Amino acid sequence: MTDVSVPQTTRADWTSDQEPRWCPGCGDYSVLSAMQLLMPTLGVRRENTVFISGIGCAARFPYYMNTYGMHGIHGRAPALATGLAVSRPDLDVWVIGGDGDMLSIGGNHLLHALRRNVKLKILLFNNQIYGLTKGQLSPTSEVGKVTKSTPMGSVDEPFNPVSVALGAEATFVARTHDMDRGHMQEMFRRAWEHDGAAFVEIYQNCNVFNDGAFAAITKKDKRKSMLIDLEHGMPIRFGDNNERGVMMGADGQLRIVDVDDVGVGNIIVHDERADTPTLAFALSRLAAGPFLPTPVGVYRAVESPEYAEQVSRQIAFSQEISGPGDLDALLRSRTLWEVS
Amino acid sequence: MTDTAIRTSRPDVQELDRLVVRFAGDSGDGMQLTGDRFSNASAVMGNDLATMPDFPAEIRAPAGTLHGVSAFQVQVSSEDISTPGDAPNVLVAMNPAALRSELHRLEVGGTIIINSDSFNERNLDKAGYEANPLEDGTLDRYTAYRVPMTSLTKEVCKDLGVKPRDAERSKNFFALGVVSWMFGRPTAPTLEWINVKFGRRPKVVAANTAAFNAGHAFGETTEMFHSTYRVPAAKLPPGTYTSVNGNTALAWGLLAASQQAKLPLFLASYPITPASDILHELSGRKNFGVRTFQAEDEIAAVCSAVGASFGGHIGVTTTSGPGVALKSEAIGLALSLEVPLVVIDIQRGGPSTGLPTKTEASDLNLALYGRHGEAPLPVVASYSPTQCFFAAIEAVRIALKYRTPVVLLSDGYLGNGSEPWRIPRSEDLPDISVEFATAESLLNGSGDSSVRPYRRDPETLARPWIVPGTPGLMHRIGGLEKEDGTGNISYDPDNHELMTRLRAEKVERVAKDIPPTMLDSDGLADLLMLTWGSTWGAVTSAVKRVRAAGGKVDHAHLTHLNPLPIDLEPILRSYAKVYLPEMNMGQLAMLLRGRFLIDVHSVSKVQGVPFTAGEIADLINGALND
Repeated sequence: MTDVSVPQTTRADWTSDQEPRWCPGCGDYSVLSAMQLLMPTLGVRRENTVFISGIGCAARFPYYMNTYGMHGIHGRAPALATGLAVSRPDLDVWVIGGDGDMLSIGGNHLLHALRRNVKLKILLFNNQIYGLTKGQLSPTSEVGKVTKSTPMGSVDEPFNPVSVALGAEATFVARTHDMDRGHMQEMFRRAWEHDGAAFVEIYQNCNVFNDGAFAAITKKDKRKSMLIDLEHGMPIRFGDNNERGVMMGADGQLRIVDVDDVGVGNIIVHDERADTPTLAFALSRLAAGPFLPTPVGVYRAVESPEYAEQVSRQIAFSQEISGPGDLDALLRSRTLWEVS
Repeated sequence: MTDTAIRTSRPDVQELDRLVVRFAGDSGDGMQLTGDRFSNASAVMGNDLATMPDFPAEIRAPAGTLHGVSAFQVQVSSEDISTPGDAPNVLVAMNPAALRSELHRLEVGGTIIINSDSFNERNLDKAGYEANPLEDGTLDRYTAYRVPMTSLTKEVCKDLGVKPRDAERSKNFFALGVVSWMFGRPTAPTLEWINVKFGRRPKVVAANTAAFNAGHAFGETTEMFHSTYRVPAAKLPPGTYTSVNGNTALAWGLLAASQQAKLPLFLASYPITPASDILHELSGRKNFGVRTFQAEDEIAAVCSAVGASFGGHIGVTTTSGPGVALKSEAIGLALSLEVPLVVIDIQRGGPSTGLPTKTEASDLNLALYGRHGEAPLPVVASYSPTQCFFAAIEAVRIALKYRTPVVLLSDGYLGNGSEPWRIPRSEDLPDISVEFATAESLLNGSGDSSVRPYRRDPETLARPWIVPGTPGLMHRIGGLEKEDGTGNISYDPDNHELMTRLRAEKVERVAKDIPPTMLDSDGLADLLMLTWGSTWGAVTSAVKRVRAAGGKVDHAHLTHLNPLPIDLEPILRSYAKVYLPEMNMGQLAMLLRGRFLIDVHSVSKVQGVPFTAGEIADLINGALND
């Protein structure tokens, strides 16, 4: 895929002249750095790269990339991006949004972009709170969350974004977090390589309204015991000494076990290319929230016909069998009569 | 069998200038198709015509009920006409419900052709008749012909191997045969059409052909009719003609716009009555390079069109009133991004779900003002079915040239109504192409390598159209207020006022670039009839009628509702009286009164049906005598 004629670039080439305006210490900065540093390694041209966002803190992202960019309206980034990707399959289109943007007001568009398999790289910055409107409940906030709009604690069950994406049968689903640049870059690169809709959930810390929401699993000293790295073709193991693993019980449920107790042969081997999303979905349900051991990495990456390519193919096929459109012939395609 | 004596002599042939026929039956009786075929045969023999389908929103309302009645009205004429006619001269009623719901429309003394087989107790009961109207004198004021269409159709299909139940479904072709004979329509176009349409089902071809021929022969041989009628060919300008409805003409206009702009079309829509046929038509025209996208909702439809426009395609979304309401925020985004977008509203009765299959022109305020903030945009309205073709090209032209969303208003009456059309040649259509910005065109001479996506054309105030993929012009834009020139986010108070005024001024400047008000004047009238949209048809007919009787009245028509043509104000000021009929509660009248302080007299009709020429003629005569 890499075009050798693409000039070498550096981070500076991918950085716009606009000063980021996120709160100091926001997780968004580390996502931005990861992206700006990744881009020169992909061998792509800036003018062929587009970032499209909705509304929210994360949605400021496009302003800081020296590419084409559109800051859209709340929730609609996947729909705006679908129009661009379907009409211009030559572009790399990235979609940026937060949990409120993509799972609340724009939930419908996310689902449909995923099920259609439009070639979009969708990054969902999940901080489990509304930041730009200053601290209300989000659709990923935990039950009982006390916020400005839920002073007695929320009674809403949250969405699990990875489960939602798998439920929509997304062909690429991954999860990463803002404390590990290398892991983020690996997930973004995999998303970029995917020929179809690629969904990446980023656990992202909002240090002002929801500080430490993911600290129990993403702090450096916790990662080994709390993050379950998914690697294709490898037994799903984690822990300071890889002593724990995931196995399927006789009831069909996944559970975390000590490897020594069950034997390594009983630990599930991760298959991101499985035809059905069933096991990936089960993995997404392993942790009730980011306070229990949580799988990160690529849950699912399967090949499936890409939407825009099929649209283009129908046009080509139609021109092949009917010839290119001829307006004068079309206007004369029904019953005609002459008046002299 | 009939209420007239069977005559042995040939019936008289009477010549008519015009004839209005209304076909009415159950939703499943195929009345739309029957009407359409009658219209087509009339067009082929050179009549001018205008049609109006009138059907219920339910796909299959319970058979035989009043709310399941589906009707199709057509006026055929030897003159140039502009409406489907007022009171029908002839009513074809396939069942008691059709008779009951449509009889009141028929002119006194008019002709009714009835399928007498359907007047059984059960159907009479469903239609709410206590006594049989064929026997109780209900029809005394009309000339009624009772024809046992169902049984005669079954009879002729008996030897064709068609099951009686299937044969019964061909009874509309029997009716069409009777009416075709009565009005001297040629049979060849209908027979040919049956062959093409049902070619893959030979039994259906056989049954429909047999029923049609039997109906025609029935008219000829039973000689039950007093007279037959002939409507001579109209004196239309020479050329090649076809018959087309408004939605098809509009879809073709979008294809023409794409060709004349040399840009691909991207049509994104969510299914909605009465606009869906545009999506259907274009989705079958992929060889024109059109990408059609059935979105998950109205919002996704408009947003994906905006995305496509951002990428250099012609982004279009088609819908009706409820859809425009949902799209309002995204139209504002396109307006703020200053990218081309065409929003097509095939208006229907509102508010809310309203009257999905009935017509209204009550979305004018929505088109003009239905966005938050100061958000003016150009509004174009089509006025006849075939003019939808040119209105579509005009809407695209303005959107591309001024990088703005444009609302094109049509309505259900225009969308579903059809008329003959002298086919234009594509070489006569305007070139509406525009240039994309390049690094050379945008940066050259500025001595500045920074991209200024809001550097405006001094004449049109349009900003450059910079599409992704263009080297050296990477930039970011969005719905936040932008700094003049750079497009960077700006909260500066003076800049916001400047940008608000620039966006408004850009739309105002479109006024220099549109045709003048359409004015039909003989220079002597004190009364001006002003119209926009489909009301043009009824007023055009009415003005002709009044003038023929010696009345002095002029007619002005607006194809552009925003900005208004520059000559409109002086025109309005030159009349003592200005009457403005609208299929709403006076939306344009209020605007004109507010804008010009002119006492425009509003005339409203919100009944889900268009004004008739008769109503307008009465209105004009009343105003002249006032």
